[in-house]
Formats: sequence, structure tokens, C-alpha cells
Amino acid sequence: MTDEPLLRVSELSKFYGSRVGCEAISFDLWPGEVLAVVGESGSGKTTLLNCLSTRLLPSSGTASYRMRDGQWRELYRMSEAERRFLMRTDWGFVHQNPADGLRMTVSAGANVGERLMAVGDRHYGRIRATAVDWLSRVEIDEDRIDDEPRAFSGGMRQRLQIARNLVTGPRLVFMDEPTGGLDVSVQARLLDLLRGLVTDLGLAAIVVTHDLAVARLLSQRMMVMKDGRVVESGLTDRVLDDPRAPYTQLLVSSILQV
Amino acid sequence: MATPLVVSDVAKSFTMHLRDGVTLPVVAGVSFSIRAGECAVLGGPSGAGKSSILKMLYGNYAVDEGQIIVQHAGGLIDVASANPRAVLAIRRQTIGYVSQFLRTVPRVPALDVVAEPLVERGADREAARDKARELLSQLNLPEKLWALPPATFSGGEQQRVNIARGFITEHPILLLDEPTASLDAKNRDVVVELIAGKKAAGVALLGIFHDQDVRDAVADRIIDVTAFAAGRVAA
Amino acid sequence: MTDIATYNFAYLDEQTKRMIRRAILKGIAIPGYQVPFASREMPMPYGWGTGGVQVTASIIGPDDVLKVIDQGADDTTNAVSIRAFFKKVAKVAVTTETAKATIIQTRHRIPEHPLNAGQVLVFQVPIPEPLRFLEPRETETRKMHALEEYGLMHVKLYEDIARHGRIATTYAYPVKVEGRYVMDPSPTPKFDNPKMHRSPALQLFGAGREKRIYAVPPFTDVVSLDFEDHPFEVQTFDQPCALCAAENVYLDEVILDDHGGHMFVCSDTDHCEKRRADPSSPLSEGRAEGAGGGDLAASPATPSPALRAAPPHDGEGKEAR
Repeated sequence: MTDEPLLRVSELSKFYGSRVGCEAISFDLWPGEVLAVVGESGSGKTTLLNCLSTRLLPSSGTASYRMRDGQWRELYRMSEAERRFLMRTDWGFVHQNPADGLRMTVSAGANVGERLMAVGDRHYGRIRATAVDWLSRVEIDEDRIDDEPRAFSGGMRQRLQIARNLVTGPRLVFMDEPTGGLDVSVQARLLDLLRGLVTDLGLAAIVVTHDLAVARLLSQRMMVMKDGRVVESGLTDRVLDDPRAPYTQLLVSSILQV
Repeated sequence: MATPLVVSDVAKSFTMHLRDGVTLPVVAGVSFSIRAGECAVLGGPSGAGKSSILKMLYGNYAVDEGQIIVQHAGGLIDVASANPRAVLAIRRQTIGYVSQFLRTVPRVPALDVVAEPLVERGADREAARDKARELLSQLNLPEKLWALPPATFSGGEQQRVNIARGFITEHPILLLDEPTASLDAKNRDVVVELIAGKKAAGVALLGIFHDQDVRDAVADRIIDVTAFAAGRVAA
Repeated sequence: MTDIATYNFAYLDEQTKRMIRRAILKGIAIPGYQVPFASREMPMPYGWGTGGVQVTASIIGPDDVLKVIDQGADDTTNAVSIRAFFKKVAKVAVTTETAKATIIQTRHRIPEHPLNAGQVLVFQVPIPEPLRFLEPRETETRKMHALEEYGLMHVKLYEDIARHGRIATTYAYPVKVEGRYVMDPSPTPKFDNPKMHRSPALQLFGAGREKRIYAVPPFTDVVSLDFEDHPFEVQTFDQPCALCAAENVYLDEVILDDHGGHMFVCSDTDHCEKRRADPSSPLSEGRAEGAGGGDLAASPATPSPALRAAPPHDGEGKEAR
């Protein structure tokens, strides 16, 4: 653990005309820390995620990122080329729908290898060996390496998407409902895998989810959003076990007990 | 040796926004300290706020008023006002917690569930597993269960996994929330032994034990929680 | 010729030619970059070289000598038609001899005879975007070119090796131009890629349907993409041309009958005929008949175009890869 955060977000707001996407969001994220952003749909959590990952430009506010060389850079002042380079090397983005994050018409191996080739690896044997290694880490059989993700189940696609993102050893991964749309048993396996990878690799992650169980399992810290604002934040277990804000209490009390 | 844990004037209430904002006072004026090598037990009827006090000490419940000062990383820090990152560091290095229930990830085998806290603190995985084996066999958990995820275990088996997980580390402060609740007499005795071992090692322990025998066997001192009843201090 | 007569010289009006020349100049200034242009309707269907014809029409002058080839041959429908077109609309001299031409419009081949400074090679291009089959969004491919994000191109080559054990792309093999833009060399066989590298001739590319023009100026680096452990290689043939015995040239398979009879002959008909006509060639004896330079009639020894293995418009069938 270092004493410096990885990401500093200050007074970040995004308006769609007069409508609020997210408003006055501030937080720091440290290396190896998993932050869950929860709230119902329309609460602004995805807008926030898209702003942070520079897929969307905020209306106001700043976000600074500590680059691998230790330099602090303001995300919204970087050139598009720099941002895109960051996104395919030091960052990852796991979409809810794997088809949004994968190339469905190229093989699993090429999906994993693409980032390596994008940063200049020109050795086929090495790229393939790395792909094999990563497929096994996300529990995909090596003999599926030349299959297209179209032939994969939803859970496998999601695991492939994760491998594709992690192959360049990113330090920060954004996840948008990573287990959404999966069967419960598949979800459990994926969560377990994610949790292991995050711990082993010391990843920092920002996970957007409406599922409080996912937040509890993956994150140390969480922010609860409503109408574009953060209504409560803190340690994940503190927020879930002793919710203070009216909305958080409503959310927590709405969990179905099995 | 400095006092590892000092609690002064802590108050806690719940505001139930879903019930028109009614405020339920839990405790107030909670003040006590625990010395190293001492095991104190929170006493009082259920509902008196024993569990809430433990959870506040662990940072799991927010604190309305007062201070919880712990010896941490060579200094003193107030758990009640510490930021989330500091609380996580305190949990990692200073305060351990054995809860009543085991919360685990679906596919992790019992052995690794037990070894995990040590691994998280930077221990070698195999060394941590050795220590986990030692504890699990001490707690009489059948060896054939070690490689299985504990989700399907019986209550008593899960409890023993949980105890092993809580006792494996060398936290200088250990909080015990009814660790013996669903154990048979034989395993209760093992827990008593484990607690004695921690005391001998200079750990400050604070626990809740409903079992009279266990309480008598481990408690150096009973802290009567009814003295902190919120109504008595002005609700 | 009067000014009025030159107004519509080579079919296109002056404004259109000016617009296309601007695109060409921009393409030359930024080697390998695809310049959008306002492609016109031409009196031929897309896929028959509308892009190449517009480029040729914009650069051709009365003193030019034009050669048109289709898959290397001067005598197939497409080549004959385009040559006839410019003979009519520009009244220029035409030739089949590579060395005598000032402008060579080509569909999917580069002549075997080395090109010289001052010559212009005009390629007909069906799909100019090398990234298209992996990234369907034009907005995204433009961004990728702008930011030099070419990892995807290697994804394609990776897929080849994963499926076939080697880079199986044999035509439209992607190249990097002057160390900057990745370019589709049009569906020429990869055999011709090395000829593009530092060629003394100017190479222009026109895609009529896709409305793009790009260029490789003379003496520009053109490097075929590859992997360190799977380096770029051109096709090799294990036998020489069945007609002229040439080696190290690109050969076409020609079906002779419906009993499986076939032979491999030069794809470059001019090159083949020249060799057979050359009295110093050991082959010339008794086989030189009908191989005259400007004579467009098919030589008896040359198989009729209808029997050539590749149909004339297969460049448009690139989607079927």
C-alpha cells in the first residue's frame, strides 16, 4: 500500500441539458481498493462511471490519475490519444454485456492478445502463450482458444472479457454491473473469480452495481447514489449493516431474504 | 505496556427513517478499557447493546459520540472518527473479530477460508495453510471437510471454521461475538484453551458469551452493559 | 485542339478533375492516408474500376501512353473496355508494353517489368479500409488511423496463424507506408507487395464506390506487416511459367479442359509475350507467333480469357474472404 491515492475525483458533475446526470462527486481511490457504486437505475452511477473512464466528458469538476511513472495527470486535459492509450494499458473496462467489450468475430485468443499487439508485441508465440495463461486464469479451457466468443456461454464470455482487460496488467478496472444478466450460480463463480484476481493482482476497481450482495462481496468501500448525488459513503460493511441515510435504509431493507 | 483499547463516552442510536424517523437509543456513556493479556466479557440481557458495542469497536457500526482509542501502528487512533482506509488498516493489523456467523465466498475451501487473513497480511500461502490445518484439527473439524467450501457445513462446523479464521492471526486486540454459540462441550473447551493461549500471548480480548461455563472459564472481568443503557443518560 | 475541345478531355469536366487532383495531391502529401473525394457516376458499374478510371481521367494528358491490365492481362474484358474508353474520350495512345506506358491502370497486379521514375501506376480499389473487416464503424477506423492504433491489424494476422499455422492472407496484404499509415494495397497478391517498396513510380489508388483516394509517392517505404516469429513471405511457385519458363513471377492457373487438365502461366501477359518473342530466349523458336507488342489479338498460345481461372470482378467479392 502506498500513501498516495491512484485517482482523485473532485466535484465532478455531468448535466444533460438541465437534467442532472451526476453532481458534485468527490472521492479518492487508493491502489488495491475496490469501490462499489450502488443505486437504482437512473441514479447516475453509470454516468459517473463513464465520466471517470473518460468515455464521457463531465460538465465540471476534475479527476486526476497517478500514472505509472508517478506523475499526476488530469484526465480531462489529456489528449484523446493519451486517454485511449491509458484505457488499453493501465485501465480495464468490463461491460455488463460482454458483446460490448469483446470482438465477437475473432477468436478468444485474439481477444486476449489484442491489447498486447496494440502495445507493440509482435511475437506470435509469446502472445499466444500469454493468452493461454490468461484463459486458464479465468477458467476457460485451453482448447477453446481458437473459438469465437459467439460460441461461448454468457458466463464464459464475461470471463473472457475480464481476461482481455487484465492481460496488460492494468492498475484500475471499471466494471459496469459485471454480473448482471447471469444465472445465480454463474454469478457466484464469476464473483469468486473476480475477488481472487483483484486480491492477487492488487487491482483498484470501481464497480457499479445495483446488487448489494455483489458490493458486499467485492468491495471494501461503497458510495450510495440517488438522483445523481452521493447520499452515503463509507466502509461497505458499515454502510450495509448500519445504514444512516433514509435512501440507504430503504435499499438495504429491500433486499430479498432467501 | 500501554493500554491497547480505551473506550470513552461512546453513544449510539439508530434513526429509523422508514418509520417516520423514530430514534432508537442503544447505548450511551460507554466507557471502559482493556489491558493486554486480559479477557473482559460484556454482560447484560439481550438487547442491552453488547453486540452493538463490539460492532462499533470494529468500525462496523458508526459511532454517534465518544472515542474508541486503539494502539495501532505505533500510535493511537480513534476508530470512531477514522476514515474507511484507516479502519481497514486497523482491522488488518490491530483488531480481529470472530462473529457468530460465517460469511464466505461460494467456492473457497474451508482451509483457505481459514488461511486467508494471514495471507492478506502478507504471510506465505503454504505457511498460512499449515497453521490453518493445525487450528482446524485442534477444533476437531474432520479432515475430509477441509478441502470443501463451508457453505454447506452444519452450523457447528461453520462456527469452528469461523473461530479458526479469527484465531489464526496475531491481532493484539480480539473481539469475540458469541464464538461458542453452536458448539458442543468438547469444542467449547477447545475455544477456552485458545482464549487462554491468546491471553498468555498478551492479547486484549473482549467478548460476548452467553454460555455461563465458558464465561466463568475465560472472563477476568465482566463489564455490565446495563450501566450504559441509553435511557439513563438522557435519551 | 481548341479550349472547348479540351474542356471535357478524358470524360470528366474540369471542376471534377480539379477536385480529384486535389485529393490526389493530398494523398501524395500524406502517404497511405485515405482522402475522401466526391466520386462521380461513371459509365460502368461499381466494381469495374470506377475509382481507377476517375484517377486516370484526372491525370491523363494528350501526350500520355496508357496501359490497362486486369489481373496482369491486357486482353481481358475489363482491360480492353477501359483502354477503349480512354482511346475514345482522350484520344491518347495506348500500349500493352509496360516500359512504354506513362500511365498504367491496374486491377490487382503490379507488372513484372520494373517500373521507372515518371511512370504512374493507378490501382482500382474495391475496399480501401484495411481495418474494415475487424472494425465496421468508419468513425472508429478513422480514429484508429489518426491515433496510429493498429493492434487490430495484427489481430487479423494472429487469426490467420491460429487457424492455418501461418499468415494465410495472400492478397490485400496490409502494409505500413512510410512508418505511419497502415494501407490496403488493393487486392493485389502479396507477391507484389515488395514491388511497392521504394518504387520509383508514383502509385495512386482510387476506390469509386467507397469514395477514397490514396497514394504512395515514389521512393516511399512500404513494409508488409508481420510477426517476429512469422515473418512476411511472398508466394513461391514450384514450377516456371508453362509458356515462357519464367521463374520468380506470379503465375495463374489456367484450366485447359474439363478433364482436370491445367497449367500455370504468367499472370502478366505482356511479360510472358515479351519473353517468348525475344530471339535471345531459348523458348522463342517456333513459339513467337502472334506475340506482337501492340497487337491486342490473343496469341494462339495464350489461353482465351474466358478460360482464365479468376473471373474479372472477383475483387468485389472481397467480403467473401
